[in-house]
Amino acid sequence: MLEIKDLRAEIGGKEILKGINLTINPGEIHAVMGPNGAGKSTLSYVLSGREGYEVTGGSVTYMGEDLLALSPDERACHGIFLAFQYPVEIPGVPSATFLKTALNAQRKFRGEEELDAMEFLKLVREKTAELGIKDDMLKRAVNVGFSGGEKKRNEVLQMALLEPKLMLLDETDSGLDIDALKVAADGVNRLRSPERSALVITHYQRLLDYIVPDFVHVLADGKIVKSGDKSLALELEEKGYAAISAA
Amino acid sequence: MAVSQETVEQVASVSEKYKYGFVSDIEAETAPIGLSEDIVRFISAKKEEPEWLLEWRLKAYRYWLSMEEPTWAKVDYPKIDYQDIYYYSAPKTKDKPKSLDEVDPELLAVYEKLGIPLKEQEVLAGVEGAANVAVDAVFDSVSVATTFRERLEKEGVIFCPISEAVKNHPELVKKYLGSVVPYTDNFFAALNSAVFTDGSFCYIPKGVRCPMELSTYFRINAAQTGQFERTLIIADDASYVSYLEGCTAPMRDENQLHAAVVELVILDDAEIKYSTVQNWYPGDENGVGGIYNFVTKRAACRGKNAKVSWTQVETGSAITWKYPSCILQGDNSIGEFYSIAITNNLQQADTGTKMIHLGKNTSSTIISKGISAGRAQSTYRGLVRMGRKADHARNHTVCDSLLIGDKCGAHTVPYIENQSRTAKIEHEATTSKVSEEQLFYCQQRGLSEEESMALIVNGFCKEVLQKLPMEFAVEAQKLVGISLEGSVG
Repeated sequence: MLEIKDLRAEIGGKEILKGINLTINPGEIHAVMGPNGAGKSTLSYVLSGREGYEVTGGSVTYMGEDLLALSPDERACHGIFLAFQYPVEIPGVPSATFLKTALNAQRKFRGEEELDAMEFLKLVREKTAELGIKDDMLKRAVNVGFSGGEKKRNEVLQMALLEPKLMLLDETDSGLDIDALKVAADGVNRLRSPERSALVITHYQRLLDYIVPDFVHVLADGKIVKSGDKSLALELEEKGYAAISAA
Repeated sequence: MAVSQETVEQVASVSEKYKYGFVSDIEAETAPIGLSEDIVRFISAKKEEPEWLLEWRLKAYRYWLSMEEPTWAKVDYPKIDYQDIYYYSAPKTKDKPKSLDEVDPELLAVYEKLGIPLKEQEVLAGVEGAANVAVDAVFDSVSVATTFRERLEKEGVIFCPISEAVKNHPELVKKYLGSVVPYTDNFFAALNSAVFTDGSFCYIPKGVRCPMELSTYFRINAAQTGQFERTLIIADDASYVSYLEGCTAPMRDENQLHAAVVELVILDDAEIKYSTVQNWYPGDENGVGGIYNFVTKRAACRGKNAKVSWTQVETGSAITWKYPSCILQGDNSIGEFYSIAITNNLQQADTGTKMIHLGKNTSSTIISKGISAGRAQSTYRGLVRMGRKADHARNHTVCDSLLIGDKCGAHTVPYIENQSRTAKIEHEATTSKVSEEQLFYCQQRGLSEEESMALIVNGFCKEVLQKLPMEFAVEAQKLVGISLEGSVG
């Protein structure tokens, strides 16, 4: 599904990713762990196409296409979803409007009929009920005045509604208490399927107790220095990044 | 919420940049170019006006000659040659049309193109897009059609071209014309008083709640022609009316002058809600062409508990110079001003309001949303004045500016004058930028860059968009997206 080859990228002339190689097959969940400044968030931004992140080498193939040639919205419409570490506030735009606009933009892209207000409401209510999210969140402006937990839940709700093929979770656990973490993880787990993959970026192994990965990679100084299965995360937790990176 | 939901689809559905930019080939009768007492007399004669009105026009003209064009606004434009403008242009008709069937089909086609339903039977038959709105259509200098008059007449509501009101209701016109905006008020008001050609007149009798929205659509068509319309609305005791105003013009590479005057009179316990979607041609991306929109709008809350609210969405015009104001004379009267002004490319807008509190317990609210993109300059200029007798008067002002890109400007110029010991005045102002983060967040969910911008800006304007009547809100949201085309990337 996703094939990253020798990916190099810089921000403002500073090289952050220094040759990343990673292959994700359909249905797989990969965790990328690493110390601060290793390039974890940069990887998620480069994959989702954020402005200011310049790719200087390598390639990314997604479902047989050159991902790097697509605009951010095209990537989203092709099924790449980034759950933000810091979800952005959009004053005056009710969450429901935002969700409906996004969903219909993607449906239109795929040549599907757009949903009208009633159809949309029915769908979104199903999702909020499944995820245990209060409907009043839909009326509030996107992320404005949301607590850290509410913001992450909103990300999960968006993900559930947009049903992406590849989920990029950027430190979804940061700033969450254990209950909120469970809700977020539960949302991701519900979406697990043989066709859907995920790249889970996290600093701590805690999240991986709830979202169990098939593979764990250690990112240090812009490169993947070690890969393994779930046990690697536990090893990291025990010995620290320095020991693993040096090994 | 429902109002802003459809935004993006609508933005996407409108492909052209300025879809009203067509010119219609309609035979017109035009006065000789330039301005003189003879032209004023010509217009008055064309309108078959009574002597008193001609005298008033001439006084206004002579007064105008003694005045200087104002320069205090933060707008920059080459000197206007007032002798190089046609002051009268009317679509040629053999006789005055008695019904819509007699109106030139070309003209009706224009309005159809603009999406304005003039044919009552269509409206009554529930044709898609046709709203329950009575329309007065003003084409260049004259009113061409007014719908639903019979139904309104049953309620005692008078809604007709002002030129007709002069003939049929002279006592009302004589009493109120110039009573809110005298011809001595300012340069453009004096000019308008001398040469105004048509506009809408509306009178809501005591205790009547107008059964439908009233609307006037202004269309400039002829080249090199100024449009000077005059609107007069009187809400008698305990009456209510909601009035809508829309404007469009063809794309031309010359600048055209639009200098209108709107006067509202609100008596005891009455209310007028006045909404404008101003979409005159704004000029091209290099600032060539576009309408100079120099407008004087003022409401006088003469009675106790009178209420007026101005809601405006200003997206068009090369230059906008406009300060819809409220004179809060009656005790407990209320004035509201809700404004969205969007400037893109080289557009300039200097707009705001004046709230003049004279009566006791009067209150006013100002919410202004200014959006600047491209190399545009947008200024909020507002005056809040509390008179000596305005005991316990209150004002609350919020001015928010949003910048898109780094070559535009937003300015806030509030004036506050207080002579009341017990008045309360609050002023809040913010300036923000559309962040790269917000755009990326929307794009990451599948919206194109322009759809993202339209969504964010509509969110910024939400408080004001909510104040518009439904049909207008939808149009306004589309406009927000279209006006900002080319502002990103």
